[in-house]
Amino acid sequence: MLLNEFLILAAFLFCTGVYGVLARKHAVLVLMSIELMLAGVNINLVAFGAFHNSDIGQVFALFVLTIAAAEVGIGLAIVLLIYRNLHSADLDDVDSLKG
Amino acid sequence: MFFLDQAWLVPLIPAISFVVILLFGKRMPRQGSEVGVVAVGASFLLSCGAVVRWILRVHDAEGGSALGAFGRSIGRIGADHAEVPVLPVLHHVTWFQNGGVRLTAGIQIDGLAVVMMFVVTLISLLVHVYSLEYMRGDRRFTYFYAALSLFTASMLLLVVADNTLQLLVGWELVGVCSFMLIGHWWEEKPNSDAALKAFLTTRTGDIGLLTGVIMTFFIVQRATGVGSFNIVALNQAVSDPSSKVGHTLILWCAAALMLAIVGKSGQFPLHTWLPDAMAGPTPVSALIHAATMVVAGVYLGARVYPVFFHGFSIGDGGVNPMAAIGGITVIVGALLAFVQDDIKKVLAYSTISQLGYMVMALGVGAWTAAVFHLFTHAFFKADLFLGAGSVSHSGSHHSFDMKTDMGGLKKYMPQTYKTFVIGTLALAGIFPLAGFWSKDEILVNAGHNNYKLFLVIGLVGAFMTAAYMTRCVYLTFHGEYRGGHEPHAIPHVDEAEHDPIDTPASVEHDAEVHPPHESNRLLTGPLWVLSFFAVFAGFLNFPHFSRFEKWFQPRYPAGFAEILHPVAFNPILATVSVLIAGAGIGIASAYYLGKLPQGLSERNAIARAGKRFLVNKYYLDYVYENVIVAGIKGPISTGVYWFNQNVIDNVLNYTGRGAQALGRATYEYVDQKGVDGLVNGIATLTGESGGEVRKIQTGRLQFYALVLVAAVVIFAGVLWIST
Repeated sequence: MLLNEFLILAAFLFCTGVYGVLARKHAVLVLMSIELMLAGVNINLVAFGAFHNSDIGQVFALFVLTIAAAEVGIGLAIVLLIYRNLHSADLDDVDSLKG
Repeated sequence: MFFLDQAWLVPLIPAISFVVILLFGKRMPRQGSEVGVVAVGASFLLSCGAVVRWILRVHDAEGGSALGAFGRSIGRIGADHAEVPVLPVLHHVTWFQNGGVRLTAGIQIDGLAVVMMFVVTLISLLVHVYSLEYMRGDRRFTYFYAALSLFTASMLLLVVADNTLQLLVGWELVGVCSFMLIGHWWEEKPNSDAALKAFLTTRTGDIGLLTGVIMTFFIVQRATGVGSFNIVALNQAVSDPSSKVGHTLILWCAAALMLAIVGKSGQFPLHTWLPDAMAGPTPVSALIHAATMVVAGVYLGARVYPVFFHGFSIGDGGVNPMAAIGGITVIVGALLAFVQDDIKKVLAYSTISQLGYMVMALGVGAWTAAVFHLFTHAFFKADLFLGAGSVSHSGSHHSFDMKTDMGGLKKYMPQTYKTFVIGTLALAGIFPLAGFWSKDEILVNAGHNNYKLFLVIGLVGAFMTAAYMTRCVYLTFHGEYRGGHEPHAIPHVDEAEHDPIDTPASVEHDAEVHPPHESNRLLTGPLWVLSFFAVFAGFLNFPHFSRFEKWFQPRYPAGFAEILHPVAFNPILATVSVLIAGAGIGIASAYYLGKLPQGLSERNAIARAGKRFLVNKYYLDYVYENVIVAGIKGPISTGVYWFNQNVIDNVLNYTGRGAQALGRATYEYVDQKGVDGLVNGIATLTGESGGEVRKIQTGRLQFYALVLVAAVVIFAGVLWIST
């Protein structure tokens, strides 16, 4: 079974996502990077499920997809509000929590 | 046997009505009065059912068929079935348990209870109806009905009680309700004073009740080994000649309960609250004097009669405290009734005197006569009180003063006049009205049981009763109308129901200056119902048929069977007592019609002194207030003041100074240096470290994410290396 290949692909996708979250300035791109991380996780779930000859992995993946859709919906709404208030979607401008 | 077994409903319904009126009364179309009337009406119907069921039970016990019970009631001699036992209906539930003692709440329904239930609910129902008109527009109309309901419920609770503890609860509730109702118009100082006086005076007697009730528990414990407040058990315990209960204990118990009766039933010398209780609205006076409150004392006497009978050795024919107090009260109350100008006070003293008859009857061993007199007295006294209310409501501008505001009302108020005269004749004991039969029964039993002295007292009382009631009728209804048609400038303190802050309807009523007129049907209706009973209730114990005695006298082996021997009617005595009452009426009429020398008290020094003595009510109030209360206030309070100033204050002062010094030391060393130093140090430390740490908080999201990822990587690395 080609488990390792799937895991490597997933790790690559996850790392790409982490890089995007940490490095990109635009909020929408950060959200997209989060989706990449979730995709990596999903591949892991499905791969392990298949490896253990079980359906649970796929069921989890479906849940993750559903939650991710909701999360993106809320996330984009927040981004929209940030843009309206600050006239920018740059995350460096959102620093009102600065101590 | 629904009506007997479920008799607990009778007090429960007015109790529920009390809560409902209190919570929702103001929002109802008739401000809650409809709830009160309906609830008491329901209780009345249940009580009627209970009376009928009880009579059938008596007949069943004798082996007769239920249907033939009424048919056979004529033509049988009352004495031949006295041995058949008729057991009371007893039910109880556990009220609470404590230390192995189980206290119960329950009902004991027997002849006495059903009679009382009937009387209480009937009078209460009529008073409720009467008040619809009498209290119309009152500023606390809803409250008044709520209190009436609670009053009725408490009295019924007392009546059905199967143990003395529950009786005590009902007794105190009745006291509280009478306090609320007597002080209904509490804005006037005299009214709230009267309410307090009634409450505190009866409280004096209640000390006796509490003590007595506790003693009943131990009497039963000594007799049976298990303590209980149960009334049947108590009566058995004191009556059993072989029981281990000592006579001294029974005597003390009887004395304590006697004190309760003296307080509650207005017996000499604690009767002084009763005339003052006239400050309440007139329907309340009728209820207090006829059916509830004051008869509670007599009821207690009848309920645990064996205690008194054995405690005071009533069977021996000697003078005993119960008969003596009753006899004194008969005379004392009747004498005072002569000098009152307030029509309600005449009736109040009359009530005292009549209650004296009842207590005296109990004291001379005439149980049945006492209860029968209670029964008939309720009707004609309620009739008279409601009549007086009708007079003041429609005839005398809300005044009760016979000498200044009444007189000649006969032609304006024919209905009230007729019912009042019926009530008067019944009270005076004129053949064949109710009072004649019951009073005569007391007298004949007193004579038979060798209490000749009290027979004489009873006859003298009958003479005085007839005379003062004649005076009252004459001053109110005959002669010239003295009220005048001008509006009275100063409202009478007793009847200040219509004052300017009242509701608009009654302001209008007050402004309208009306000549005396007949009251409307809501007032006269109850009067006629009561007059009916005042005429016919006496026939219930018609000689040789003796229905009342047969039906309602306890006939079960619990102390009563062996001590009740009512004797037959004595025509000679009856004739004598009617002649005496007639003489009382005749002499009083002759005096007021001017055929006897007038102005005796102006010309004769002894008569004047006697009158002043009476007007001042034997100086009893003076003694209570100026001697007893002042005695307590004077030397005792001086002593207490000295103790307060010199002992308590010094203790307090030194304690205070010590505490002050200690406090200062604490402030300087502990508080300022220790606690404050520590607190300040912590605050400084927190502030400064916070200043350093806050630099990490950049507010930039991706910096936080970086820290997060770095931490994960580090932990993952550690995990990897360690495996």
